[in-house]
Amino acid sequence: MSFMKLTASAVAIAAVSATAAAARDQVQVAGSSTVLPYASIVAEAFGENFDFPTPVVESGGSSAGLKRFCEGVGENTIDIANASRQIREKEIKACADNGVSDIIEVRIGYDGIVFASQLNGPEFTAFEPSDWFKALAAKVVVDGKVVDNPNMTWADVNPDLPAQEIITFIPGTKHGTREVFEEKVLKQGCEDTGAMQGFLDSGMDEDAAEHACMAVRTDGKSVDIDGDYTETLARIDSNANGVGVFGLAFYENNTDKLKVATMGGVAPSTETIASGEYPVSRPLFFYVKKAHIGVIPGLKEFAEFFVSDDMAGPDGPLSEYGLVSDPELAETQAVVADENTMGSSM
Amino acid sequence: MTDATNPAGAAPAPKHPSSLLAADVRTKRRNAAEARFKAYGLAAVGIGLIFLVALLFAIIRNGTPAFTQTFLTIPVELPEAKLDKNGNRDPADLSKVTTFGYAPLIEVAVARALEENGIDSPFEKQKDLRNLVSASAPAQLRDYVLQHPDDIGKTIEFRMLASSRVDGYLKGRVTRDSLARDKNLDAEHLDLVDQLQAAGLIKKQFNWAFIFGADASESRPEQAGIGVAMIGSFFMMLVVLALSLPIGVAASIYLEEFAPKNRWTDLIEVNISNLAAVPSIVFGILGLAVFIQFMHFPQSAPLVGGLVLTLMTLPTIIISTRASLKAVPPSIRDAALGVGASKMQAVFHHVLPLAMPGILTGTIIGLAQALGETAPLLLIGMVGFIASNAPDGIASGFLAPNSAMPAQIYEWAKRADPAYYERAWGGIIILLLFLMTMNIIAIILRRRFERRW
Repeated sequence: MSFMKLTASAVAIAAVSATAAAARDQVQVAGSSTVLPYASIVAEAFGENFDFPTPVVESGGSSAGLKRFCEGVGENTIDIANASRQIREKEIKACADNGVSDIIEVRIGYDGIVFASQLNGPEFTAFEPSDWFKALAAKVVVDGKVVDNPNMTWADVNPDLPAQEIITFIPGTKHGTREVFEEKVLKQGCEDTGAMQGFLDSGMDEDAAEHACMAVRTDGKSVDIDGDYTETLARIDSNANGVGVFGLAFYENNTDKLKVATMGGVAPSTETIASGEYPVSRPLFFYVKKAHIGVIPGLKEFAEFFVSDDMAGPDGPLSEYGLVSDPELAETQAVVADENTMGSSM
Repeated sequence: MTDATNPAGAAPAPKHPSSLLAADVRTKRRNAAEARFKAYGLAAVGIGLIFLVALLFAIIRNGTPAFTQTFLTIPVELPEAKLDKNGNRDPADLSKVTTFGYAPLIEVAVARALEENGIDSPFEKQKDLRNLVSASAPAQLRDYVLQHPDDIGKTIEFRMLASSRVDGYLKGRVTRDSLARDKNLDAEHLDLVDQLQAAGLIKKQFNWAFIFGADASESRPEQAGIGVAMIGSFFMMLVVLALSLPIGVAASIYLEEFAPKNRWTDLIEVNISNLAAVPSIVFGILGLAVFIQFMHFPQSAPLVGGLVLTLMTLPTIIISTRASLKAVPPSIRDAALGVGASKMQAVFHHVLPLAMPGILTGTIIGLAQALGETAPLLLIGMVGFIASNAPDGIASGFLAPNSAMPAQIYEWAKRADPAYYERAWGGIIILLLFLMTMNIIAIILRRRFERRW
C-alpha cells in the first residue's frame, strides 16, 4: 500500500513541477556532430552578446537530429536540427506528417573531408578517388568479370602508393560524412576506373551498378567508425598503416599527430575548398522550425547571428575553426531574415 | 596426521617410521599446493593493485595539469570612442557593442605590453597577436564594461586566459615541432611567450574556474569548467535520493515484513533482482519514451535524469535494504510483538532503526553508482554543449537544461582540441573524489552504527 501511495505521490510531484516551468526560454539544437563545434561556438558567443540564455546544442548525427526535429511542434521538441547533408524527401514527408510543415533551410558554409594518416607513418600523401574505390570496393571488375576485391596493399591499387596493407577507418552509415564519401570518392572512383561501365556491362541495371560502386568491402580492410573523429584518431594513433577520414577542422586541430593527403592532386585547405578545386567537400546546414519563431525567445536572433558576417564570414571565428565560408552568405542571411521556408524559396 | 587420511591405517607398518618433525612426501606435496595457492592469490591481488596504481597514476598525471591555467595580466585601455560613441553610458547603447568590437582592444593591449617591456614583435600585423589570448577575453572585457560603465576611458589591468596552445606550451604539451604545421600559433609566438613569461606577464596559476566554471565551446578549451555539470549532478542526486530512498525502503519493508509468501511475491522478488542487472542504457530509452515523449517533461533536464537514475538505483536500494532487514534477528520482532506491539510498531520502533545503517550504506552506494552513470543520460539529451548556463534558482536547477559530471567528461573526451583531453582527465579526478567521499561516508556509517548479533 505504502509503495503505491509513494509512487503515486512522487509522480504527482514530478508532474506538478514540470508543468510549473512549461515555458522554455532557451533555443534547443541537436544533430550532426560535424556541425556541433560550429553551433557551440555560435551558441557561446550568442549567450555573451545577447540577453537570451545560451542555447543548448546536442550532437547525435544528422539523421538522429532530423528525426527529433520532425517529431512535431511544441516546446518538448527541438527548434533547430544541424545536418551535414541536405534534408531528404522522406524526412520532409515525415516532418509534414507530424505537423512540421514550415522548415527554413540555412546553409552555413562548406566543410572539407580529408584523408589523413599518422604523421610519421608511411607516405600516404597523394590519393585519387580511383585509389579509394579500388582499395575499398566490395566488388571490382577484372577482365570484364565482376569479382571480389583482390587488392591487399595500397601498391596493388596504385604502384605510386606505399606497399602497405590497406587499413582504412571511414565514418559509419549514421554519419552524414559517409554519404559524401560514397558520392564524391567511391562513386567518382568507380566512374574513373571504368568499373561503373563494367558493372553495367555485366548485366546490372543502373541502380544496382551505382549500389555496387558504393558498397564497401567487409573483409576487415575497412572499418566503420560509428563514434566521433576522436575515435578515428585513436585508431590511427595505434596503427601506423591506417588511413582515416576526417573533417578539415578536426585535422587542423591535430596537425601535430596527422598528415593529410592530397585528393586529385589538390591539398585540402579552406581556400581550395571555397574555390571548389578540392573535390571532397559538402555544404553544412541547419534547419529551423518556423512555427517556433516567436514562441521560443531568441530563436530567430540565434539563426541570424549564426549566419552573420561576424560569425560565419571569411574572418569570423567559425572560419578560424575550419568552416569554409559560403561565398553566397548574403543570400542565406536574406533567407533567414525573411523566414523563407523550403517550399516557398525553391 | 597422514594416517587419518589413509584408510589402510596402521595395518601395514611403514618402512620408514614417520615423524611429526620431518614431513613425509605427501605432506610436503600438500604443503606445496597450499603455498602455491597462496602465491596465486597474492599474485591476483598484486595484479589488481598494479592495475589500480597504473590507473591512478595515469589519471593523476594526465589530469592535474587541468587544475592550473596560464593567465596573461596586462593593462587594457577602454577607449570611449569605440565602446560608447554617444558618451552617455546608456546600458542599451553599451550592450550594442558586441564582443567583436572588444577583440581589437586586446590586440592593441598585447602590442603595447610588448612594447613597454622592450619585446620586439616579429609580426607585422597586430591581428597576429590575437591568438596568444583566449577567445573568452573579449567577453570578459565586455562584461566588465557593462558592470562598470564609469571605467570607460580608463586603462584597467585585466587578468585574461591565455589561449589553449600557449597554455599547452607552458605545460609541455605543445612544442615548437608540434606547432610546425599549426595554423593558430607559430614558433615565433612561443618566443614571445617565453619573453612575456620572463617579464612576469604570463603566469601559470591555479584555476578555480575549472572546478566552478561552465562548459565552453570547442574554440576555447582554456575556459571550460565542470562546475555547472557538478550542479546538474547535484540536482539529479537530490531527485534520486528523494524518490528512491522512500520508495525503496517502503517496498522492502512491505516485501520483507508484511507480504505473504506466495507466487506473486516470489515473482516480484525475482524481477527486482533482474532489474538490478538491466543495462543502464535501457533505462535511458525508457526515460526518453515515458518521461519526455509521453509525459512531456523538458529535455536535458536534471529532473528527467534524476527520474531515470532513480529507476536504476531502486533495485540496488531494495536489495540492500531487504538484506539489512533480514539481518535483524527475529527475536527482536518476537519480543516487541510479545509485549503487545502491533506489527507496524514492531517494524518502525525496533526493526527499522536497527537496520538503518545498512539501509543508508546501500543508499549511498546506489547514489555513487548513479553519480557515475553516463549511458542513460545520452538518450535524454544531457550530452553536448549544454552545461553553459549556471541555473539561477532551485526550479531552474531541476528543469533548465544541464549536463552531469560523467556526461561532461565524455563530451570533453570527444572534442577535437587536444586541450580538452587534459580537461577530461581533470574531470575524472573530481568525479573520483566525489565517489571516494561517498564511499568513505558509507564505510564510516557502517563501522560506527552497524550492530552484529
